[in-house]
Amino acid sequence: MSKSAYRVLAGPEGYLPPAAASMGVMLPEKGESLVEGRVVTEEEALRKIAEKLLTAKNPTFFPGPLILWNWKNGVAERAAAIKELAETVGAKIIPMPDYRPKYPMINPDIEINPNHPNLTIWHNKIDVCLFVGVHCHYANMALKIIRGGTDCFTIALCGEAGHEDAMITLRDVTVAKIKQLNEIIKTLMGEIR
Amino acid sequence: MITQRIVEPEYLFFEAPREKVFITGSEAVREAIKRANVDMAISYPITPQSESMHLVGDIFAEGYLKEYFRGESEFAVMSAVAGASMGGVRVFTATGGPGTLRAFENFPTWAGARLPVVCAFMTRGVNSPLTIQPDTIEMAFMLDTGIMMLHAETAQDLYDMILTAFIITEQTDVHIPMGIFVDGFFVTHSRDNVEIAAEDIKLPPYNPYNSPVPVMDMENVPIRQMRDPFVMKSNFISYAAHASWQQEILAASERARKHIHKYLGGLVETDNTDADILVVASGTAFSQSREAVAMARREGIDAGLLRIKSLRPFPTEEVKEMTRKAKTVIIPEFNRVGWLCREVKSAMAAPEKVLGGPRVFGGMTMPPELILAEIRRCSA
Repeated sequence: MSKSAYRVLAGPEGYLPPAAASMGVMLPEKGESLVEGRVVTEEEALRKIAEKLLTAKNPTFFPGPLILWNWKNGVAERAAAIKELAETVGAKIIPMPDYRPKYPMINPDIEINPNHPNLTIWHNKIDVCLFVGVHCHYANMALKIIRGGTDCFTIALCGEAGHEDAMITLRDVTVAKIKQLNEIIKTLMGEIR
Repeated sequence: MITQRIVEPEYLFFEAPREKVFITGSEAVREAIKRANVDMAISYPITPQSESMHLVGDIFAEGYLKEYFRGESEFAVMSAVAGASMGGVRVFTATGGPGTLRAFENFPTWAGARLPVVCAFMTRGVNSPLTIQPDTIEMAFMLDTGIMMLHAETAQDLYDMILTAFIITEQTDVHIPMGIFVDGFFVTHSRDNVEIAAEDIKLPPYNPYNSPVPVMDMENVPIRQMRDPFVMKSNFISYAAHASWQQEILAASERARKHIHKYLGGLVETDNTDADILVVASGTAFSQSREAVAMARREGIDAGLLRIKSLRPFPTEEVKEMTRKAKTVIIPEFNRVGWLCREVKSAMAAPEKVLGGPRVFGGMTMPPELILAEIRRCSA
């Protein structure tokens, strides 16, 4: 496949799917987002996220260490906003508390890990997931593995530059943006559900 | 510590008034580090790099850096640099030739650990019988370590590339090491005009909390000192995790393209790439190529130039497009293996157009007439 034709779609994509960045997918600029590898406006991406979460059978949030541990000012507010968002959607929350591989075996009912995220997704039959508060390197690593081995649709809310390996990504996510997404979901809820 | 004013990178790179000074490449390194807000530098001597890190030691004594020491060997230095970077400080070092190879294991380790180390490589021969003379052979070995590689042509390049490297490598979406390669002696030990900003301004400090991996300061429980090793199991999960990890390092290098465009004006420099004869080169081989093309034009031969500034990421699309019209592509190099020739050929739609050479090595200079002779032969 040519680089320009590459789309970041729900899998399973295969044995070892490429990094989207190596296939020519570029991170969005400020004010933009990515949906399936294509640049869209942030408003469009927010609405698409809302639709995906509301139509999912088993939407699940994967919060990472950056919002699970109250390590700097503002984190608790962000975590509270994510919890409220999950409650609006009716999404399950399965944390990624750290990045250690879990040996001899992960308990996929209560935890997800970036080195083998597929195990938690398969076990819980998760069809749409949302990454938030995961360090970018570990999020990208996990997103590729999920795309390779599962049919889960991935969404990444990033406080930095975003994630090409997610099917939808927002960048520079703040508490205000999380609350904006929550309001969009509440508005759409009547139409979709 | 010396008092300096912190300014935005864009101001320091593009707007701040500059003074023209006549200095060596090694001195250009010193001037860049003075303004780079480096926390720590670690050195080990090897010709032709020794003087540059000696001069960085001098500015440590003047109060421009917080810490500076000499390691036990190049391997020790590069390991200590990894520790410093993992601990969350901005760090600089330099080496060259056999020193590069002695430290070699550390370079993929830096990349794999997402460390934004900036290292200058003053290239020289690696050979027996021993040579300390100019040669770019070590760059061939470095191409697949995962670190980004820029090739400076002049002392001005060296100054600008070192300063911008800190800002490019520290982007959250990049955050892998960058090597600034420069041809030893030809640039490090010769004087040239270099335009530099005032020494009372410097870059903003590195913020390790924007890193794509946790810093090693125990922010996250449970307490860990290293990137978690998942290598100890022989199963598909650990292999897949390793593969995805390595893909992410390559992806980080891809993401650097837009930052290299922003801060260094692109991965290549071009002049008349519509010509029938195109000379492609990097480093000081490009300086000699520029002279040769000027001589050819005076003889009425239409020749063009393509300079490769960034080797990793490699300007694949640019090379493919800009070599499209040429009937012959000449690639002069300061090494025996022709690594740039291999790289350029692999990016071209029609690699049979490439004339690999001229190549000189072992410390030989490359007279422009050598390149001109190839241009004449191809135009006949």
